[in-house]
Amino acid sequence: MKSPLVAFVRKEFIHIFRDKRTMMILLLMPVVLIILFGYAITTEIKCVPIAILDQSRDEVTQKMISHFVASEYFELYKMIDNVEEGRALFRQGKVRMVLIVERGKVKGESEIQLLVDATDPNEATQLSAYATQIAVEQLSPFTFHLSTGKGIVPVISLLYNPQLRGAYNFVPGVMGLILILICAMMTSVGIVKEKEIGTMEVLLVSPLKPVYIILAKATPYLLLSLVNIATILALSYFLLDVPINGSLLLLVGVSVLYALVALCLGLLISTIADTQQAAMLISAVVLMLPVILLSGMVFPIENMPEILQVISNIVPAKWYIIAVKDIMIKGLGLGSVLQEIGILSLMVVVLIGLSVKRFKIRL
Amino acid sequence: MREIDIRHINKAYGEVRALQDISLHIGEGELFGLIGPDGAGKTSLFRILTTLLLADSGTASVCGLDVVRDYKEIRWRVGYMPGRFSLYQDLTVEENLNFFATVFNTTVRENYDLIRDIYVQIEPFKKRKAGKLSGGMKQKLALSCALIHRPDVLFLDEPTTGVDPVSRVEFWDMLDRLKRQGITILVSTPYMDEASRCDRIALMRGGRCLSVDTPEGIRATFDKYLYAVRSASMYKLLLDLRTYPDADSCFSFGDAHHFSIRKEVVDKEGEAVFRKDLQAFLTAKGHADIGIEPIKPGIEDCFMAL
Repeated sequence: MKSPLVAFVRKEFIHIFRDKRTMMILLLMPVVLIILFGYAITTEIKCVPIAILDQSRDEVTQKMISHFVASEYFELYKMIDNVEEGRALFRQGKVRMVLIVERGKVKGESEIQLLVDATDPNEATQLSAYATQIAVEQLSPFTFHLSTGKGIVPVISLLYNPQLRGAYNFVPGVMGLILILICAMMTSVGIVKEKEIGTMEVLLVSPLKPVYIILAKATPYLLLSLVNIATILALSYFLLDVPINGSLLLLVGVSVLYALVALCLGLLISTIADTQQAAMLISAVVLMLPVILLSGMVFPIENMPEILQVISNIVPAKWYIIAVKDIMIKGLGLGSVLQEIGILSLMVVVLIGLSVKRFKIRL
Repeated sequence: MREIDIRHINKAYGEVRALQDISLHIGEGELFGLIGPDGAGKTSLFRILTTLLLADSGTASVCGLDVVRDYKEIRWRVGYMPGRFSLYQDLTVEENLNFFATVFNTTVRENYDLIRDIYVQIEPFKKRKAGKLSGGMKQKLALSCALIHRPDVLFLDEPTTGVDPVSRVEFWDMLDRLKRQGITILVSTPYMDEASRCDRIALMRGGRCLSVDTPEGIRATFDKYLYAVRSASMYKLLLDLRTYPDADSCFSFGDAHHFSIRKEVVDKEGEAVFRKDLQAFLTAKGHADIGIEPIKPGIEDCFMAL
């Protein structure tokens, strides 16, 4: 005789597999998100059109300009003859940066001026940083003064992500988002659906224990989210060259823990919502927005007003993303993510307690 | 011990008093009907008895078990078919049945004899998804699922609503067979014509139990004369009949109006005189093709008279 739990889990899988559209969404969503974030929604600087005004025209500046042109960050739109031409190109929106190499007062000395379109301040900062970097690299063998800081040349080394690849930041973010979406939203919708079509009534008037109902609803989505974690990791490793520096086992372990938090959130939502739409709306507003806005995935938490920083502490994704970055990118071990694991575990315990208490044994 | 005992049950949803002091006793192996229109409180009563809802006051027991204290035990022993079709639409007939069998720790084979009569009718479609079944077949499947664990007491909340007349008759035939197996059945229906298929019925309206008796007993309480009256212009006829002096009540029933009048009014001058008077009254009002015939009261007539 089959156990009721096994039969129930099997039934849940049938629901998922027969609903082709939902299943496609579940399996393709990580792929689409990774590709979108990897290629389309990127904050990296690539092939920005620039104009160059070279008044110096000596060997050193020629070499530097050729490096500018050859770099993947910039693309030469036009060599120009005077500053006014450059301003015209800015106005037409043809270029976003103009590099001016001025002839110095003394022969053999040059001054570099950068004009940057700062309508997008982040991009402007990045552009000037990259341009300075190229200039420093090319000119350092020669006598070069960064502004007037004579003698002090800052040596910057970027740890863990020397190329400033955006993927290092968003892959953990996307994992945080997908797991919440699938585990919390799908679980809550799955349970509320039974309420809506009336089968919950029949299940309640059966000897089935409520904990079985909850377990059976959660198991398929936990397994599905494991598939999704694998997809995301494979895509980011092979397609986006994001390394997995730490232990894969630890990474999966933390992900499962986070998925559990998401499942419990889904359960809690299902005890509040009465219709599938309500469940979906609550999931979107209560779960997705904080994950996107308050987890540090898009906006750095340090820059937020203090009240939001405090609120961000209860967003599970924040802790998950920190842990994933530590393990994946920094290659740290269990010892350095203990705090995050502790907080996520605490969330599981509290949420399970809450939802089991709220799960009604009656209508 | 397969009885249902309900004592002074009250239930309110905010201002709405869904059940008001309901007391009923349903004996072992009885086919008991709750008859009443929508909003009479039938579903609330079902949910209290199936341990889904807590009553505000009063007690109830099923199979001698208290619905509040022993709810876990009751859930093993009752079969429940809620008002709307509540099976998994995306699962096949067979999968639905197997699922509910496993939920109750049993198998379809073990209790096949109980559901055979019902299940053979839908078995040809066992690979079809439940959502694609016709209304009558859905009800048969739902009944099979409610019976799969051989319950002692069966609760059927409006099982024939939205089902075609032929399937409805078949459904009641099945209930008869189940009753013979000793299962206590509590069934609700808004259809008065189905009431006569029950051993006993309770007429419910607005959360109150108006009367409890056998269908014959209820019909016998109807202490007026009843006539089916027809004419060419039925709506005008209804209004005109209500203005007839000494008229008790007049309601539209399908193709005729049921016109009731107190016995002493008719008996005073005799039946023939009364009918002639009524005929003349209606002719004076301009009715043609008038037909008046005495009829026996049905449950619905009794219900309307309460």
